[in-house]
Amino acid sequence: MDEPTKSAPVIEPGYTLGTVTDKISSIVLTRPTSNGWFVGFGIAFLLTMLLLFAIGYLFVRGIGIWGVNVPIGWGFAIVNFVWWIGIGHAGTLISAILLLLRQSWRNSINRFAEAMTLFAVASAGIFPLIHVGRPWLAYWLFPYPNTMRVWPQFRSPLVWDVFAVSTYATISLLFWFIGLIPDLATLRDRSEQRWKKIIYGMLAMGWRGSARHWHRYETAYLLLAGLATPLVLSVHTVVSFDFAVGIVPGWHTTIFPPYFVAGAIYSGFAMVLMLAIPIRKFYALEDFITERHLQNSAKVMLATGLIVAYGYVVEAFMGWYGGNRYDAFLLWNRLHGPYAPLYYMLLICNIVIPQVLWIPKLRSSPVWLFLISGVVLVGMWLERFIIVVVSLHRDFLTSSWGMYYPTRWDWMTYIGTIGLFLSAMFLFVRLLPMISIFEMRTLLPEAEVKE
Amino acid sequence: MKRTGIYGIMAEFDSTTDLVTAANRTREAGYTRIDAYSPFPVEGLAEAIGFDRDEVPLVVLIGGLIGGLTGYAMQYWISAVSYPINVGGKPYHSWPAFIVVTFEMTILFAGIFAVLGMLALNGLPMPYHPVFNVPRFAFATKDRFFLILFSSDPKYNPAEVRRFLESLGPRSISEVPD
Repeated sequence: MDEPTKSAPVIEPGYTLGTVTDKISSIVLTRPTSNGWFVGFGIAFLLTMLLLFAIGYLFVRGIGIWGVNVPIGWGFAIVNFVWWIGIGHAGTLISAILLLLRQSWRNSINRFAEAMTLFAVASAGIFPLIHVGRPWLAYWLFPYPNTMRVWPQFRSPLVWDVFAVSTYATISLLFWFIGLIPDLATLRDRSEQRWKKIIYGMLAMGWRGSARHWHRYETAYLLLAGLATPLVLSVHTVVSFDFAVGIVPGWHTTIFPPYFVAGAIYSGFAMVLMLAIPIRKFYALEDFITERHLQNSAKVMLATGLIVAYGYVVEAFMGWYGGNRYDAFLLWNRLHGPYAPLYYMLLICNIVIPQVLWIPKLRSSPVWLFLISGVVLVGMWLERFIIVVVSLHRDFLTSSWGMYYPTRWDWMTYIGTIGLFLSAMFLFVRLLPMISIFEMRTLLPEAEVKE
Repeated sequence: MKRTGIYGIMAEFDSTTDLVTAANRTREAGYTRIDAYSPFPVEGLAEAIGFDRDEVPLVVLIGGLIGGLTGYAMQYWISAVSYPINVGGKPYHSWPAFIVVTFEMTILFAGIFAVLGMLALNGLPMPYHPVFNVPRFAFATKDRFFLILFSSDPKYNPAEVRRFLESLGPRSISEVPD
């Protein structure tokens, strides 16, 4: 840890309850929408339309338009699903685990990290639904009484996944919304126009900041954090069970749950940085999202990145030392097979390049952090590609080996979900307070009760 | 309770310290029906106004128990009673495989109970409330702190209450119409 004298403050000095409130709420209420916002949102919206087009065509023609075929039945859809759901882990980690650990620096980044989680989970959720082949029957995944008199098979990790991801989406939404209630009340009381007052007022549900309400609110918030903490660790564990319970070489390993969770947090913090750095620049929020936040996020990235690296080492070691010829072949195939360049890129992106974060100067440089985060996101995407495709394309039966090449529809769907994610983020920063106002107030010296 | 047309009398303070002190002194003066409003959670304020029963943890516990039991019972009934199919020779009641969904259902129900329970106990959503009739109350969500003495208090007497609140050194005092 840094010396207290050296580390940057969580919030720059000189702010009062009033100025913190005005600075954050004015972004939503009075600041004119900039041309840059329109351009950015326009591009993201066009990409969302691309997603709708790709999915629309998929519904007409079926998943034959994708590159998936035996033996690679899980192509981009599962790669992207795991990638997005992993990114979604940072939000709850920041808001729940860091709350329990009393890391007050989280207060200025938890709100948009939670929003990011929601939109990432929404993007993730699209993939399994369209991947089932007959998406109009996707509700069969849930146990509901039906005239066919059949039920889901609860010994299958795929059914666990349905419960894990839908629970995660619901709890993340609740956590985000409960955090918004007092800030919505602030917006209700600060807005000048009547229609804004009505909309924010309805959403705030009559919050008036009574001491009784705050007490119950804090209890509920803390309990929700306590519930979300094991939940966030369980979600990527269950996602990893989708692989680990199968007997395919490269999937069937016990290192998967911790290594998946670490990878999820790794990519999640990379996405948080990629969003926070431009946001603090364009909205002049450097006083609230300080160097300290960037440094801490970079440290989390460095730590989780090393856990991921450990996972790679263990996988390779077990392939070499385990004595199972299929595992040994998998290792050989990763290093020398047709997808070997991707494996080397993965190692460079996820292990080699992020080591520059050991240098304090780079940890506090927004430009460098932005670039390294981008590299990590690419690396984590490659990791899922290696796990899904390389494991499947050469398994036990030599006669059924094959290759996987994504088609343009695969790419359009993937890029489209990035557009969906970004459009939602653009709308969020425009319509809702992107930093938790009431939690920022508690960081001020004024908030303390003096005896 | 007789309707007086007045919901209570409200005093406005500048700081958390003033508010907590004022709340403590009001309770010491024998008033019991009071409330305090602040733009963020203030430590010790709930105790100062005499709030000591927070049922949220109990509600969450009940939610978690309902969720967990429902989750497990559902899986048992589906896999062993209603639709028993042999999967890889595993027993119909293969409890280790049921733990994941049981866990998720526990969290799901406990979380929903936490949020809805907190809102219900707080009486929210409540679109209309008399305190919003005071124009200055809009600052309760920004940087001002308010203390209210309800007219339903057994010791309530408009003139006396006003005199008492003035003695606490507030920034302003307003009557809250019902």
